[in-house]
Parts: sequence; C-alpha cells; structure tokens
Amino acid sequence: MTHLPLSQTIDQVFVLSKAAIMGHIPAPFQPIASAILSVAPVLVVFPLLFAITTVLERKGLGRMQNRYGPNRVGPFGFSQPIADGIKSLTKEDVIPRTADQVVHFLAPLLLVLAAFLAYAVLPIGRNMVIANLSAGVLFFFAIGSMVELAVFMAGWSSRSKYSLLGAMRAVAQMISYEIPLVLSTIVVIMATGTLSTVAIVDAQARYIGILPHWYVFTPWGFCGFILFMIAATAESNRSPFDLPEGESEIIAGYYIEYSGFKFALFFLGEYLGMFATSGLAITLFLGGWSAPLSSLTWIPSYLWFLLKLLAFIAAFIWVRGTFPRLRMDQLMAFAWKFMLPMTLLNIFDAAVWHLMPHNILRWLVCIALLAIPCLLLNLNLKQRKQLQIRTYRFAD
Amino acid sequence: MHAIFFILAALTITGASAAMCLRNLIHCVLALTLGFVGLALLYLFLGAQFVSFTQILVYVGAVAILAVFAIMMTRSAGPHPQPALSSFWITGCITALATFAVLAWAIIHSNIITPTPAQPAVSTNQIGDALMHSFALPLEIMGLLLTAALIGAVIIAMPQNRSSK
Amino acid sequence: MLGNGLLKGLTETARNFFGSYVDKDRLTTIQYPEERAPRIEASRNFPFLVYDGTDPQAGLRCVSCLICEKECPPKCIFIEKSTDKKPDAVGKPQFYPTRFNIDVSVCMSCQICVEVCPFDAIKMDNDFEASATGRFSDLLWTKERLAKSNEYYHHIHPTEAADVDAVLAAARAKAAAPRPPAPSAPGGAPEK
Repeated sequence: MTHLPLSQTIDQVFVLSKAAIMGHIPAPFQPIASAILSVAPVLVVFPLLFAITTVLERKGLGRMQNRYGPNRVGPFGFSQPIADGIKSLTKEDVIPRTADQVVHFLAPLLLVLAAFLAYAVLPIGRNMVIANLSAGVLFFFAIGSMVELAVFMAGWSSRSKYSLLGAMRAVAQMISYEIPLVLSTIVVIMATGTLSTVAIVDAQARYIGILPHWYVFTPWGFCGFILFMIAATAESNRSPFDLPEGESEIIAGYYIEYSGFKFALFFLGEYLGMFATSGLAITLFLGGWSAPLSSLTWIPSYLWFLLKLLAFIAAFIWVRGTFPRLRMDQLMAFAWKFMLPMTLLNIFDAAVWHLMPHNILRWLVCIALLAIPCLLLNLNLKQRKQLQIRTYRFAD
Repeated sequence: MHAIFFILAALTITGASAAMCLRNLIHCVLALTLGFVGLALLYLFLGAQFVSFTQILVYVGAVAILAVFAIMMTRSAGPHPQPALSSFWITGCITALATFAVLAWAIIHSNIITPTPAQPAVSTNQIGDALMHSFALPLEIMGLLLTAALIGAVIIAMPQNRSSK
Repeated sequence: MLGNGLLKGLTETARNFFGSYVDKDRLTTIQYPEERAPRIEASRNFPFLVYDGTDPQAGLRCVSCLICEKECPPKCIFIEKSTDKKPDAVGKPQFYPTRFNIDVSVCMSCQICVEVCPFDAIKMDNDFEASATGRFSDLLWTKERLAKSNEYYHHIHPTEAADVDAVLAAARAKAAAPRPPAPSAPGGAPEK
C-alpha cells in the first residue's frame, strides 16, 4: 500500500475506510456489502441535513421577517427537528374514507424512493459516488420524472378537490419546467462530451492559474446555471414557484390529506429533491467537489461539496423569504415564453463559443448573444403586461 | 443472473396484465407504468443504460402522465362498473394469438437466437454518433414531424377571437 | 433596470436578517411566557361576574333575573335561581344565583349578556390564558370561577368600569334620596 500525504488521506478517508472494511468481508458477500456501505452514508447524511435545514430555514425566515424563529427546544431551538420528528411519528395517521388506500399509501414511498435514487449519481467527493453511470445525468432526470407520478398519485388518491388541484398544478408545473431544466444542462454535456457526472466534475477540477475551470465562469455556463436554478426551484416546488402547495389557497396542495409520518415523508422527499437538484447544479456548473481556488485543495473534497450545498440551501431560503408566489398564468408564461427560448439560445451560444477562436472577441460575442435577446424578451413580456390601478366601486 | 431476469420479467408481466384486468382506469395506468419500469429495468439488465433511462424518462415521466391527464379530463375518475370481458373478446384473443404466433415464428426462425459471447458495449457516445451521422436524415424528419405537431397544438390552443366575432 | 425589483427585495430581506441580530429593537415579537404584551382595553373574550366588596360569592351583583340566560344566542348560560333572599353588597335583600354556569366551549363572545344585564353584573373578560386539559369539566365555568372583583374590572377596562360605577352610584344616590311626591294624574282623568 502506497503512503499518501496527509491531506490526501483525509480527503480519501471514507474511500479508504470502506476498502479496509471490504477486506474483512468474505468474497460472496462483497457486492452487497459494498452497496450497503455506499448507500448507508447517503441515507444517514442527507436526512440529517434535512433535519438541520428545517430548523435553519425556520430561523432564517424568522430573522428575515424580524422574528426569532423557533428558540424553545434545546439550545437556540436546534433540537426542534427531534420534537417535530417525535410529533409526526406519534400522530394519528388519518386516511380519508373515500381515499384509494393502496395508492394513497404508495405515493409518499415512491416520492422518497425517487428522491433517494437521484443521489446515486452525485459525486459527493473525489472517488465518492455510488454509481458512476455513463448516462448519469440522464438517470438523474429519469428518476426526477418519477416524482411527478408520485405527486399525481398523492393528489388523485386523496379524493379531495384541493389535493387534486394541487396535483394538477404540480404536474403541469413540473412538466413545463422539466424542459428548461434538461435543456439548460445540455451546454455542459456539449462542453464535456459525456453524460457521466464523475467525468463532468473531473473536467472542471482543473485550474487556470489559481482560478478554477468551472463552467459557471463562461457566458453560456452562467446563463445555463441561472436558468437551471430557476427551473430547479420550480421543480422542487419552492417559493416563489410553490403554488402547487399554496398554503393560502389550496392549503397544502397534493398532500393535504396526509398526516403523521406520511406527511413527514412528503416533506423529506421535497427537501431531498431540492438537495439533489442543488447537488446536480453544483456538479454541472460549480465544479462538484473541486475547490474554488487552487491553493485551497488541501481542504477535503466532500467538505467543499457540503459547503456549496449549504450555500445553495441558504440561497433557497433567502429567495423563499423574499419573493411572493407567482400566479399560474405568470408561471406558465415564464416557462414557455422566457425560459424555453433562453435555454435554446444558450445551447446555440455554447456552440458558438466552442467554434470561435479563443480570444476576447469570443467573450464579447457570446455575452452579447445572450444579453440582447434576454433584454428584448423581457421588454416584450413587459409590454404585454397591462398593469392597472385597482379601483373599488363600492368600498372607498 | 437468471433469477434477476425472471423477477424483472414477472414484474413487467404483472404490470401489463394488471393494466389489462383492473377496473379503475387510473389503476390501469399506474399498473402500466409498473410495466414500463419493469421494461426499463430489463434494458438496464441487458446493459443498455441509455435506452433504459430514456424509457423511464419518456414512458414514466411523459406518457403515463399524459394518459392520466387524458383520463381525468375526459371522464370522471371514479370506478365504472364494467363487465370483465368486453364484447370483442373473441376478436381480441384471436388478434393477440395471431400476433404472438407471428412474433414467435420470427424469433424462432431468426439466427440471433444464439447469444454472441462478447456483446459490444454500446456507449451513449456511440448512440449520439450514430444519430448524428448515419441516422441524421431520420432524426431530422422526426424533428420536422414533432415541430409540425407542436405548431398544430399551438394553433388548436390559440384563443379563437377572430373567428367568433 | 432589469431585475431591479428582485434585487431590492433581496437586499431588504438581507438587511432584516443581519439587522435582527444587531439591533434588538427590530424584533417585534414578544417572548410569550416570559414577557407579556399589555392587554388591550377594548378586547373581550368570555364573560365574568362582577362582585363588590370582599366576598366573591356574597358580593355578586347578579340577582338571578335570568335575562342573560334567555338572551344568550348559543344558550351557553345556565342559572339556578335561589329561593331565598340574601343581603347583597349594599345590604339590600336580593335573590342570588345558587348556580351560574357558562359553557365557554359554546360561548361565542357576542357580549349580548353584557348588553342586556340591567344590574351591570356580567362583563367581558380579556384573560386569554383559558387553556384547560379537561375537554368537558374544565370548560364549564362555575360561579366560583366566574366571580371576579370590581377592582379587576377596573384593571382590565378602566374607562368602561368608571362609567359603570358612575351610573351605579347615581342610581344608588337616587334610590337613597327621599322619594319625590307622586305627580297627580295627567289631564285630570276621571278615576273610577
């Protein structure tokens, strides 16, 4: 066994420890032991992150609204997730009498299953990925499309008009935003020439001088990243695209008829989906586990991934605390009239970038190619908008 | 290996036959989706990752949702008491048997029945190359067809203000 | 500029977020069990019975006239009238309620009982800490629970209580004053 420097040993501590454990396991059980050892950390770490995120989100939102947020359970309220967990576990599991029992039961399981499956292709650190599939990105989107089915099952089987409305909204929204989501990743696939997430990160884990070779630092990468994040927000039903859940109109949307632990499973599934799409955005545009500066590579790769993920979560919370909910027609118009043209244009822009010679002109042309249509599209959308001052005929 | 194949085959067949036998249409669609997933897993079992994931993306993510939407928009989703066998069951059986016989005959008389020992691993790159080079024209024709369908859909969905004045 | 509103909103929330850690005056919430907001004078939730003097039961102003029981829209008041008379706070013999129950799970805080009471005996409380663990027994408030002193009434509704006291004092003064001679029959109508 070769002796690695300390920083690399820390970086590969999980990989090495897994190899050490595998050495003690008899050969017939090795495949299944390897699978368990790879999957179990994901099953532990991300639900734990979900628990921490719930309390951080509530505290963050509270502070944004000049409130304290939860501060009763444990030190500074950080034991709140435990209390929530106990509460949701001990609550009565109510199933509506008219509900379709089997489908009603299966929907949250399918949602959580799909959310967990998506982590299979995310490289969490150097050499740390459950399955290095050659069509990894495609796998991610294929699994993501199963979420729609789960949402529909939940909404339909509850036999409630609110849940059905929520499910219809959610499915319409997810289908509409899945197209820009997938199309905005095409530019990265064009640049690397592979669908494997591991290869995409490897392509970005290089440095020009001290600056990283991340795709977000190119015109098409930046545009793709912004479009991807907007579509990802809509895909994970986060505010301001949270109208499938719309607490003020359809109470909780498709999971209104769920209670107790199934409700918690829906929450878990939503947040896991959010983390997974954030993870994919990090993988595709922000260099995955690679350090942002060449001098910072001594920090373990998984910590970089986690830091980037936390930054994404903070951004999600910030956006949720700021923007009001869109209306259904605004949502659809935004998806089809702005996002879709921009993603298609972005693909064209990436092609131009690859074909032009490497000089400053390439930057100018590619930025102009994106900025000018973006401005024009916005002006066009703005003109259509007929804002008027609301007048009250009977009340003064 | 054989056990995995039989499990997947059983899953697919169960899904397909449940789609045929269940009385509630939404249940039928969900069972059909199970069949699609089983098929996708079979592709994966055969080493065709790209086809497998595309199968899930297209059939589970799009076709099943489309079917579900179509059912919900055309009729109430409640259970409809129907006889287990439709009035065309004899014709249906004959058609199914005939199709099965033709397919079985074709498979038995084909010379691909012996598995080649070393299957070439078809990568996503090769599929892309093939689509862009040797099958460029069919791909473009498909694109044209889909564009035409898209335009048609937009025209149908447009508000008919001008004609209704 | 494009996206100007989005940025403005984001800066506002960011300022709130960091400001709330620096500047405690920004935090408008009150940490309830430790601190309490002052009760609002004009608020009301459930009725209580006012008593004068020191004895909560003997000093009740209620004379068991049953008007509130009859007027209560959701019928949440139950009164059992006494058969004897006892001296009230000023010493005048009056009927009194042997039982006076209000089912607060039924009460809708409409204040009609207060409006109709001719003796200013029932008033609206604004004590919001009315939670209980017994669904049936703890929400049926008896006479003992309902009786609250006039000082308490002054404490929670100072203006209203001052008015009520003035009216009561005037009435008592009028009752104590020598009765004026009865006016002669108007119009000199013939008496049979």
